[in-house]
Amino acid sequence: MKIFRGEIHVIKERCKQCRLCINLCPTQVLQESEEVNEKGYHLPELIEEPEKGKICVACGFCQIICPEYAIWVEEKKEETPTEKK
Amino acid sequence: MSKQISKEEKLEELHPMDKWLRSERMPHIWCPGCGIGPTLYAWARALDRVGIDKDKVVYVSGIGCSGRGSGYLNVDGFHTTHGRAIPFAIGIKLAKPELCVNVISGDGDLFSIGGNHFIHACRRNDDLLVICINNFIYGMTGGQLAPTTPRGQYATTAPYGNIEHPFNTPHVADASGAVYVARWTSIHVRRLEKSIAEALTMKGFRYIEVLSPCPVNYGRRNKLPEPDDIAEWFRQSSVVRNGADTSEVQIEKDKPLILGNFVKRVEKLTYYEGLKKLEERVRGAR
Ligand SMILES: Cc1ncc(C[n+]2csc(CCOP(=O)(O)OP(=O)(O)O)c2C)c(N)n1
Ligand code: SF4
Repeated sequence: MKIFRGEIHVIKERCKQCRLCINLCPTQVLQESEEVNEKGYHLPELIEEPEKGKICVACGFCQIICPEYAIWVEEKKEETPTEKK
Repeated sequence: MSKQISKEEKLEELHPMDKWLRSERMPHIWCPGCGIGPTLYAWARALDRVGIDKDKVVYVSGIGCSGRGSGYLNVDGFHTTHGRAIPFAIGIKLAKPELCVNVISGDGDLFSIGGNHFIHACRRNDDLLVICINNFIYGMTGGQLAPTTPRGQYATTAPYGNIEHPFNTPHVADASGAVYVARWTSIHVRRLEKSIAEALTMKGFRYIEVLSPCPVNYGRRNKLPEPDDIAEWFRQSSVVRNGADTSEVQIEKDKPLILGNFVKRVEKLTYYEGLKKLEERVRGAR
């Protein structure tokens, strides 16, 4: 079986820190980072905790909700080890 | 030596929307949290989904923040005068009926100064897709009352609260004869995309209202000041009721926002088809 994992890309100069991606992420794996862009807006970053099941599943919601076209997700397929019987 | 990045390579690093954008004009002027961006992206994905050739797409807008979109998208477009997006679009469709003509504009543009054009284009069944980005206010000019501002809400020109009855725009479209009527919000982006795609496959006058946050000019005056407050209001207050009677979907303060695909009529003769038939009858008889 393959599971989907996402890699987040942020186009830094476009972000205006509206926080929609952070608030609306279904798995709540985005947060505001310390990093700021040239206008002083704090950029989002991915914080995963796989042991708690908090991972980016590449649903792409942040990508389609971002008013700035600043964040997008690259879908990565990951092989999960097949369970032994 | 630094490596020269080609345009294609650079595009690959950008957002998937960039193939529809004039990327060099980004970042755009819209405020943090504004709903115009996601609405345009939903429209672009719907065009992709239906498989419409980019060269056949025309985007006509009026004046206002929502009107700025035609300058940012990399499709043929007209940024017309205030309220006149629909008449321009009708002209384009009559001259080049093979084009997919879309009007995307603001509630002020389409329902104040452009209100008469809207109802008559519905009535004549002009073959257009009209998307109204309804942020309940005049955004660009600084938050004046719009014909869509709910009663009791505040605007720069209604400092003690709005006493007027707003338009229930899906009902206006329905009563005027539009063949497709829907309402979504700019955070219901997947359902909005599907609705736009459905409308794109039909002919005749199709209308979709998109409720959209204007945090700066509507939110700040109505106790929703943060860029994500209005999105949260939409999320919490929305009720989806497909096929709802449009007379019952008026937006009121502190009441649920009714969303859905409300009307899908049997397609009827468009204005252009009527004109062609008339031409055949009159010219043919000569
Ligand atoms: C003929 C004319 N009258 C008035 C104006 C001023 N004006 C510019 S934008 C606007 C209203 C825009 O409101 P809306 O259509 O809701 O768009 P928004 O900015 O909210 O997206 C007005 C009245 C104008 N540009 N032209
Ligand atoms: S004023 Fe309102 S509608 Fe205009 S860009 Fe800002 S948030 Fe968007």
